[in-house]
Amino acid sequence: MTTSTPTRRTTRAVTLSLTLAGALALAACGGGSDPMASETSSSAAGSASASSSGSGGGGPVVVGSADFSESELLAEIYAGALKAKGVNASTKLGIGSREIYLKALEDGSITLVPEYTGALALYYDDGFTGTDPDTVYDAALSMAQSKGLTLLKRSAAEDNDSLVVTKETASKNSLTNLSSLKGKADKLTLAAPPEFKTRPQGVPGLEKTYEASFKSFRPLKGQALVQALKNGQVDVANIFSTDPSIAANGFVTLEDDKKLFGSQNVVPLVKQGALNAEGEAALDAVSKALTTDKLSALLKQVDVDKKDPSAVAKSFLGEAGLG
Amino acid sequence: MIASVIDWLTDPAHWSGTDGIPSRIVEHLWASLLVVAIAAAIAIPLGVWVGHTGRGKWLVSAANALRAIPSLGLLFAVALWLGPRISNADIAFLLPAVIVLVILAIPPLLSGAYAGVEAVDPAARDAARGMGMSPMRVLREVELPCALPLILSGLRSATLQVVATWTIAAVLGVGGLGRYLLDGLASADYPQTAAGALLVAALAVLVDLVLAGVERGAVSPGLTDPTRAGKKPRREPVATTDPAGAPIGASASTQGREAS
Amino acid sequence: MTWVSDHAGDIAALAWRHLLLAGIPLVLGLLIAIPIGWAASRRPRVATAIVTASGLLYTIPSLALFILMPLILGTKILDPVNVVAAMTVYTVALLVRTVVDGLRSVPDHVAQAATAMGYRPWRRLFAVELPLAVPVIAAGLRVAAVSNVSIVSVASLLGVSQLGDLLVDGYERNIPAELGAGILACLLLALALDVLIQVGARLLTPWRSAVRGAP
Repeated sequence: MTTSTPTRRTTRAVTLSLTLAGALALAACGGGSDPMASETSSSAAGSASASSSGSGGGGPVVVGSADFSESELLAEIYAGALKAKGVNASTKLGIGSREIYLKALEDGSITLVPEYTGALALYYDDGFTGTDPDTVYDAALSMAQSKGLTLLKRSAAEDNDSLVVTKETASKNSLTNLSSLKGKADKLTLAAPPEFKTRPQGVPGLEKTYEASFKSFRPLKGQALVQALKNGQVDVANIFSTDPSIAANGFVTLEDDKKLFGSQNVVPLVKQGALNAEGEAALDAVSKALTTDKLSALLKQVDVDKKDPSAVAKSFLGEAGLG
Repeated sequence: MIASVIDWLTDPAHWSGTDGIPSRIVEHLWASLLVVAIAAAIAIPLGVWVGHTGRGKWLVSAANALRAIPSLGLLFAVALWLGPRISNADIAFLLPAVIVLVILAIPPLLSGAYAGVEAVDPAARDAARGMGMSPMRVLREVELPCALPLILSGLRSATLQVVATWTIAAVLGVGGLGRYLLDGLASADYPQTAAGALLVAALAVLVDLVLAGVERGAVSPGLTDPTRAGKKPRREPVATTDPAGAPIGASASTQGREAS
Repeated sequence: MTWVSDHAGDIAALAWRHLLLAGIPLVLGLLIAIPIGWAASRRPRVATAIVTASGLLYTIPSLALFILMPLILGTKILDPVNVVAAMTVYTVALLVRTVVDGLRSVPDHVAQAATAMGYRPWRRLFAVELPLAVPVIAAGLRVAAVSNVSIVSVASLLGVSQLGDLLVDGYERNIPAELGAGILACLLLALALDVLIQVGARLLTPWRSAVRGAP
């Protein structure tokens, strides 16, 4: 859009724009701390009805979620169960990866979020090696408490990270578990959400625990990831173990034989003191009603049948007598 | 905060390897060049033809109407439709992005070539014909040189559009500087995200300045002589560049008409 | 199309947010661009510099500008203010040039006649020059409106929700109807703004339709 500028004036114009850029940079120095870390922000994360006062935990509750369908489904279930008990609950879905929603939780933009025990423990301590469900839960609980958060009771339902391949890839490379990737991974491409590349239990963990370094990494999410594996555009995909596309496409899950991914029980992660006893009881009942199979079946309704998470959550709560 | 962005930018670890800054810049520029080359090969001859013959003007309006489609939506739509049909991994990720960006780059190129040729002073055309030039020679020696400023202006708009939108194409899993922005967002690594944003902004501005230089150097001095510029109604650049890869509805030539 | 009818409420809510994120910067941008453009139109050298500088601002990719806004404003990354501010920057960058062109399109003899009638510069601007520049400015505003609607959809990549959410969700969950609905909704919103601006411009310049009929 700048074409008609007569030649001779351009030097002046460039000087001016450099001055502008300098002014921007100066203004920038005034800008505060990490925009993604938001400890004491008043404009917390742009959420509407965010701040939950800690007083007695009777205030409005905002249930957050990560940006994948199972998390959104669980958040809808939590919110529905809370509302059924008269708690003033709303949702803020699809916030993003763990790195982002934990910050929103710590600064009070959201009150609680569905979480997975092992992933949380590893997030806070990348050297964590526990694998037994109770060990993992206890460790995650004490780490959460040191951040002003807490875990409610864990569910038996588990959704672990997993690496899956197509049947052809599995038989061609005789892959059965993650250990069998050693020496073969360097000929295979791995697809996973972008954050998997730097997470301790992601690419670095695969290299450390299984000596598996892949030929290349393709950052993909959601159905695009599933489609890419199905179409043979990538060889190995990081998909959640409850993902219905694994069964639907006959993908082979590589067993996590050295327990890199640990135990990943579904559990509500809550801001300390933000939930009253009734709310806690409602969520404990949800955790009790959920099993891995149940979760997988619910997720199928969202991902394969393309139903809305809110509708699936509602019918689940109704059937379980929690709605 | 600024300090951590600078730290990120000056960390030697970020300047090497396949996801280092140099290779991301090369990926970004290479892809942009490919896209602009394809789009130019399609749009410039077409625009010149429309301008020269006066036929098919609807093509220009149709191309401009395309710009109203949100580029993010177009990227997703083409990827969703095309992705499953290609088995070669590299092409499967690259091709949808390339196709969309070619589509986005065509309108400014087409309008530029068309408006440039169409705006050639009829007296110059008649004089050339009167001197016995063949239609092809008139095109080559009179119309094209006269149209060059607007063709180049279209090229510049298109290139900036592509450099900007390739950043967003990273959502499809392709390389380029957009990776820093999206991967940084996914892992809440603001220094990486902001550093990527600064690199993209700097690259865009740099490309713009280089193309502005080319534009100035390549245009015949007779056309830029300020004492003669006033003679013709001023034609403003054909297309605004679009930062997001976003469409710009009307071309500036429409504006010119509105104004008259 | 059952997807659309099942989600009409959600789409309307997202469209409203989209309208705010694209429309507020349009108004703010116009209010900022008019004085800058006016100052520039009186001094050709300044005009060249400002137009070039705004051109450079406009080359910055939107995703990058959204992300850099927190550095400048001290906001959080999820704050919609970032999007409004960035879109205002683009709108100003686009409109300053249009305002300059528009004011220049006012014939000299008209401006001189106004001066001769005793109009002071500010009054001349608001009573004579700006009204006569409305057609040109409106044309620029239309370009900015369509451009804004499209660019705003990118903000979904940062978690600022509007119609772009339909694009991202439709792609990630492989629901073509949702993706298509998102694209269509963006197009309709752009069209609505476009028509609104044209109608507004016509109402502000009744003498034009009297002379030329409907454009």
